[in-house]
Amino acid sequence: MADPTVTATPGTPPGVVDLFTGFFMVGVRGFGGVLPWARRTIVEERKWLTATEFGEVLGLCQFLPGGNIMNVAIAVGARFRGVAGAVAAILGLMVAPVAIVIALGAVYDQYADHPVVRRAFAALAAAASAFVLTASLKIAAPLRGRWLPIGLTCVTFVATAVFRVPLPVAMPLLAVLSILVLWRFEA
Amino acid sequence: MSENLIRLCVLYAQLSLLAFGGANTILPDMQRQIVDVNHFMTPHTFAALFALAQAAPGPNMMVVSLIGWNVAGLNGAVLSMVCIAGPSSVLTFLVARVWERFRDAPWRKAVQTGLLPVTGGLLISSAVLLIQSTTLDWSLALLTAAVTVLLMTTKVHPMLVLAGAAALGAVGVVG
Repeated sequence: MADPTVTATPGTPPGVVDLFTGFFMVGVRGFGGVLPWARRTIVEERKWLTATEFGEVLGLCQFLPGGNIMNVAIAVGARFRGVAGAVAAILGLMVAPVAIVIALGAVYDQYADHPVVRRAFAALAAAASAFVLTASLKIAAPLRGRWLPIGLTCVTFVATAVFRVPLPVAMPLLAVLSILVLWRFEA
Repeated sequence: MSENLIRLCVLYAQLSLLAFGGANTILPDMQRQIVDVNHFMTPHTFAALFALAQAAPGPNMMVVSLIGWNVAGLNGAVLSMVCIAGPSSVLTFLVARVWERFRDAPWRKAVQTGLLPVTGGLLISSAVLLIQSTTLDWSLALLTAAVTVLLMTTKVHPMLVLAGAAALGAVGVVG
């Protein structure tokens, strides 16, 4: 028997309703990171794509702007059912998390002034900051010892955090600068 | 549609196509627009809503709809989500069809390599700006440092970390 996750004979192509329910499950289960659940649902449980195909879709979706997992929903939905599939997949993905986050927001508003809730949220926010710090350290780690990309990282940081240059100005300029510099001097 | 809601929609529609690397890279600009320019909320509320979105299930982008809800109610939540998802979704839809042709093109590798330092710099900006508004005293600074070390060195589940931090705050150990 071949390993089903590698050679998977994909099942029947999902319909619009399948796409909605599949991504709905990804959305509601995605506590602390949605991507592992997307892989599990799409590759292992529903067998819509092989592991390799999923990797290719993910590569594209991380390359393009926008939420990675939202892009995955669009690409997978479009692949099987065109516009209707893409719309069904992203609606399925977003509907439950939006409802849940609004409910949490309403509860927070109600009790935000209570001292216990206020302290819990101060601590939660401090921990959430650490998540972003960790993500930035992990993305910066492979740049160690390569002074050109490190310099470009610093320029981006100073422009956006210190001088607060608006992103619609900073992003195109920095992206073009970085791509040209690294292509010319590092390739 | 209120003026605030229109401003929010314009902001998110712009950021949609700039969000290389996902929600966290556009946080500095969201904070600049929502806190500094439009004064929709304080930096502390912004950080609290970010934390709340982090603790909820679903994509990182949920912070967008939570801020939308806070500024303009249910319409704000739904329209913010549509505006942040719309432009990038249309782009993904169009590119996904022709991607095969470009997958191995040399310029694609160059663009990907070049975007990495920019994404990294934006993430560091996000982290620094968030930490500025979440570090209310030394105990919270210590908590941020401890959680960072924990996440860097172990494979502990993120939800467990967030729950633990909230519990420490609730009983008054930190904050």
